[in-house]
Amino acid sequence: MSAHTPEAVQKQVRIYRTVGAVLIVGTVITVLAANVHLGIIVGIIVALIIATVKGSLVAGYFMHLFSEKKLIYMVLALTAAVVVVLAGLLVFSYGDQQGHRHGIFQMPERHVQPHHETAAPAPAPEKGSHVP
Amino acid sequence: MSAAIEIPYNSVERPDTGLYNAKLGIWLFLASEVMLFGALFSSYVLLRTGAETWEHGAEILSVPLGTINTLVLIASSVTMVFSYASLQAGNFARFRMFLGMTLVCAVIFMVIKGFEYKAKFEHGFLPSTSTYMALYFTMTALHALHVIGGVIVNGYLWGPGSKMWLTDPQRFTNRVEVAGLYWHFVDLVWIFLFPTLYLLPGK
Repeated sequence: MSAHTPEAVQKQVRIYRTVGAVLIVGTVITVLAANVHLGIIVGIIVALIIATVKGSLVAGYFMHLFSEKKLIYMVLALTAAVVVVLAGLLVFSYGDQQGHRHGIFQMPERHVQPHHETAAPAPAPEKGSHVP
Repeated sequence: MSAAIEIPYNSVERPDTGLYNAKLGIWLFLASEVMLFGALFSSYVLLRTGAETWEHGAEILSVPLGTINTLVLIASSVTMVFSYASLQAGNFARFRMFLGMTLVCAVIFMVIKGFEYKAKFEHGFLPSTSTYMALYFTMTALHALHVIGGVIVNGYLWGPGSKMWLTDPQRFTNRVEVAGLYWHFVDLVWIFLFPTLYLLPGK
């Protein structure tokens, strides 16, 4: 059982209050930034940076990850690695579907066909044939 | 003859890991949750990248309602962590007050979400409308299910489960910490869902 002196708890509560205020400000900044026309790429990057900062504060202070035990870090590191690998596989599979012949999943030339070549042209109807 | 087997390390931490059972358990569960939502966010990226056009969430969804919901969830996270700190300080009355506020925030979140869903259905925006709407409903509904799960657990700890405070206060404090970890994760997911679905520009 860990000891929690009143002073230590009060200090923690002050930190929680500050983090909560920062999260509220971060939310307002996120909405304001979305109203500035930054373009698609910059808009996405800005929104994700703010969300990542807010998420780190929640994980770090509210979930106590900044002062957690080593085993928890190991579990989360394994989780992050699996997520990155699986998300990476998705990206590579998308590249293959688009016929991009590069990267570690390079496809043989004969297997990569543009869309317009894959669809066989419809046979022309014979003259005089009856179409119901 | 039956002998009661006491499961060790419910209240105290294991000497080798420095963690009590439930804490390691909830982090393993949260790891699986990270993969679940990670798969959905990856799907979002893949489908958006592959689409020729993509809706701008702000033109379909209500950004003010989404912003209020974000603030409500942040407030609920703050009150949740206050309730845990109250137990650490030995103040049970304050714990119940703050956990009660967390529950109220969760209910407000769900009511607002309900209004949003109702408005979408009335305007004919269904999961079948577009890939964007399908993702919106899938991700927000899954998140809402997590909120409901949190309400059930927190409601139990606020009500009948709180009797444990009288018999085993440390174990009860641990339970509240574990419930809090789950609740903060639900908040964390929304912090990423809100800009992704409501604010990112279309194409």
